[in-house]
Amino acid sequence: MSFAAFHVVELLSSTRFSHKKIAYHAASHSFDESTPVLVLITNQLRKDLSSTNELEVSLALECLSRIATVDLARDLTPEIFTLLSSSKVFVRKKAIGVLLRVFDKYPDAVRVCFKRLVENLESSDSQVVSVAVGVFCELALREPRSYLPLAPEFYKILVDSKNNWVLIKVLKIFAKLAPLEPRLANKVVEPICEHIRRTGAKSLLFECIRTVVSSLSDYEHAVKLAVVKIREMLVDDDPNLKYLGLQALSIVAPNHLWAVLENKEVVIKSLSDVDPNIKLESLRLVMAMVSESNVAEICRVLVNYALKSDPEFCNLILGSILSTCCRNVYEIIIDFDWYVSLLGEMSRMPHCQKGEEIEKQLIDIGMRVKDVRPELVRVSRNLLIDPALLGNPFLHRILSAAAWLSGEYVEFSLNPFELMEALLQPRTNLLPPLLKSIYIQSAFKVLIFSLNSYLLQRGSPASFSYSDKLLPDVPGLVSKRDIPECSDLASCDAPVLGKQDEGFNPRVLNQSFGDLSVEYGGEETSTCGQSSASASLKDSFTHESIINLLNRVELSVVPLTGSYDVEIVERARNVLCFIELIKPQMPDCLVQKEEGSDREEAEASKIIKLMHDAFSNDLVPISVNAQERVSVPDGLVLEENLEDLETICGDVQLPSLNSFSLGSSHFEETACVSIPIFQSREERGPSNESTSLLAEHRKQHGLYYLPSEKKDGDYPAANDLQLQANHNDDDDEDLAKITEQLLVPKKKPNHAKPRPVVVKLDGDQAPIAAGPHPKEDLLSGTVRDVLLGSETAPTTRSPTNRKGKEKLNVDSATDSKENLGDGEKRDQGNSSSRKSKHRNSTVSHSKGRRHRSPGKKGGEREEHGQKAMQKSSGRHKARQRAEVPLNVVSQTPVIPDFLL
Amino acid sequence: MGIRFILMVNKQGQTRLAQYYEYLTLEERRALEAEIVRKCLARNEQQCSFVEHRNYKIIYRRYASLFFLVGVDNEENELAILEFIHLLVETMDRHFGNVCELDIMFHLEKAHFMLEEMVMNGCIVETSKSNILAPIQLMDKTY
Repeated sequence: MSFAAFHVVELLSSTRFSHKKIAYHAASHSFDESTPVLVLITNQLRKDLSSTNELEVSLALECLSRIATVDLARDLTPEIFTLLSSSKVFVRKKAIGVLLRVFDKYPDAVRVCFKRLVENLESSDSQVVSVAVGVFCELALREPRSYLPLAPEFYKILVDSKNNWVLIKVLKIFAKLAPLEPRLANKVVEPICEHIRRTGAKSLLFECIRTVVSSLSDYEHAVKLAVVKIREMLVDDDPNLKYLGLQALSIVAPNHLWAVLENKEVVIKSLSDVDPNIKLESLRLVMAMVSESNVAEICRVLVNYALKSDPEFCNLILGSILSTCCRNVYEIIIDFDWYVSLLGEMSRMPHCQKGEEIEKQLIDIGMRVKDVRPELVRVSRNLLIDPALLGNPFLHRILSAAAWLSGEYVEFSLNPFELMEALLQPRTNLLPPLLKSIYIQSAFKVLIFSLNSYLLQRGSPASFSYSDKLLPDVPGLVSKRDIPECSDLASCDAPVLGKQDEGFNPRVLNQSFGDLSVEYGGEETSTCGQSSASASLKDSFTHESIINLLNRVELSVVPLTGSYDVEIVERARNVLCFIELIKPQMPDCLVQKEEGSDREEAEASKIIKLMHDAFSNDLVPISVNAQERVSVPDGLVLEENLEDLETICGDVQLPSLNSFSLGSSHFEETACVSIPIFQSREERGPSNESTSLLAEHRKQHGLYYLPSEKKDGDYPAANDLQLQANHNDDDDEDLAKITEQLLVPKKKPNHAKPRPVVVKLDGDQAPIAAGPHPKEDLLSGTVRDVLLGSETAPTTRSPTNRKGKEKLNVDSATDSKENLGDGEKRDQGNSSSRKSKHRNSTVSHSKGRRHRSPGKKGGEREEHGQKAMQKSSGRHKARQRAEVPLNVVSQTPVIPDFLL
Repeated sequence: MGIRFILMVNKQGQTRLAQYYEYLTLEERRALEAEIVRKCLARNEQQCSFVEHRNYKIIYRRYASLFFLVGVDNEENELAILEFIHLLVETMDRHFGNVCELDIMFHLEKAHFMLEEMVMNGCIVETSKSNILAPIQLMDKTY
């Protein structure tokens, strides 16, 4: 209604109250900071604020509390200041109420009005006190530290007031102040407990409980009392109380887990409450209870609840299980076999929509936790062979993870043929192309593995003869770089597979290969080791079954080459090329073995072996900051402007890109390899090349692969375990060690991760200790100035009338401590004199008006002052500053203390 | 700042009174009200009266055909707000005598006056029924 804004302004000046009333209403509902006519109402507001009609004053104040801008607040502060001491309670309380907005907009108003506001806090009129407490509550929530000096006033209200509204507000203030000042906490804990015991009002009771559990959680007896009351709320029929009880429990949980465990049954029962909010709260609590010892039990319960509940809540449950279990690199999981099967079970839930997260964790666990791989493969198999699961799009991601895992760790598979059937089943067409290509790639891996196993099984009796003959050809067949590659492969394969060497003595083999190059021997060891791992499978790899397998794969992959998706076509082509290459050899194998010619057989086996090697590199997790450790190669200027690149080599884009990422020498090699790709034997070129590149890369940038990162020690490398495991002969010992190590190295990052937090804390504290307040702290900064005095307070800004009043106050006060303060005032510079004046004026208030407490409080303060000096920690500086004037004579160096 | 807004909505979802203590544009208000009303009106008697929405906590209570919804920030005491709602209804009841939706519709400014007496800047400033009603009755009499 901005079109009518000016009419509102016109009407404001009406002499008739009923018109004025409507105008003020309209203004407070429709004006905002950007209303242009706002500047026109300042005078009208000033007039109404000083009107004799209290209703008009109240209208103006109401309006101001809604629309006050910086300008209005600044211009009208004197009027509001006058109203703060109005004799009419009706007006005075509204003037106090409006202060909140005025302080917000114009922090300097604090200098003028704050003392009167404090006076009103001690007013005899309960209405005024209640409004003042409300204002202080809001102020203290923003920046509690500034209001510590007012604690005695609040304490009096806490003890004396009978008004629940006021008590709730005061409790909120103490909830903020208590953590800042332990002695204050000590003092308020008893009155609060007293309120808990006595009060009949649930709202007050709840506020007391919340204060205790959030701010006074060090006081055991108070917490116990609060927990008893929480329990009463939990078993109440009223859903409101139940909800709040659960909320209170979740505040207690971090410090006093026993409180939650005591109420375990109620919490778990609330999981099936009719109210989703209560269910959510109890779910949070249940997750807070989880620890290493009970994670399995709790997850079992939760999964049962998830099965029964609606899809939304079911997914919430699953989500919180997943996020809790993977916290800190699966910190709380001991039995990974159990966890992996739980993941499998979760995937099968009808409502499960957490595919992405489960996918991530399956693969992550696969890479991190070596021991669980057999179980992972088993779980994956169960997921893959179920054609029904392919119909659920939420599960596709999980299925792709399962496919990848069973391809990558196929050596643990009990039945590769069955796996192949599952990977190639017709319903996989339901998968999106990218996931489908993962299936094909996995099928490829399974195929290679099967062929390799078959060959080894057949070849092992004759292995001596054929590998002897084979050897001289090796350098000729494989391009030269393959030798170092082999060594690399061997070194990383051996750890992977060494563990499976049971029943197979590698040393015998090594001896028999005495004349072999060490690298090759190593490689042989590893592959043979693998074959023995799948010893149980050996019988199944017959000639027919392998031929069938090849045919089966070919049959189902051929149609895929017509796919529209490049990724699928490429993977399918890879598989088909390989089959074409290998197939002519296969029947020969059989025949020629009978004829005793090992030569031909070797051809096939070499190809397969190379392919197999390509896939048997173990993938390991990479540290997130690995990239940071990559030093920029010589000659690479990252900041260089590449615009002119277009003109120089616009048509040779690809090579230039290559040389940028890998360095020029590398580029040449790549070129060498890729040229002879069409020669008959070099069909395996691509894989060859990729492995060699990988090996090359490993050699060049070994730093960025995890095994060599060991010394940095910030990341749990799966390879570390493998290496250690490999050195051990005894497998049982290995297992025990690995399970231990599984947990031990994972604790490392836990220690490492809190570090940044600690650093942050230092960073956080620094600005507080240093004193400068950011802009949004302007208000509290000013409040502190007014309450405690400050050396930075510019005298020009503070109005003169206030100064005069203050002096008057100081002079009129008669107290021995006052004199001390006065003495100091004369002795010291302006800064401390201001401070002492303020302190003294506060003291004089409390002394003058309340004769009941001064002795006690004075004593308390003195104690504070002494202790504060001993402590000298920056945290209590506000308090210290407040105390210092009391001990002024002996402790003059105030400012250095402050800076601490 | 304690209370952020107070809404009175009938069970058809029409807003009868809206009082905001922080500035929102009309569009924002409309969107916020629609979201909140949809959330709260779908709940039943057995469910608790607190709903979390965006960064607000909504505390609501139903009286006859009218829902009273109060949006507060996270520091506020939920039970106290429930009592506040009840106090508001009792106050209106005393003034109008057996208050109903129509009273609020046709005496909107009086309802606003009562709210203004009770809440300032999102702080509850007055909790006594007679204190709240005194200026309103005075205005009724004199002007």
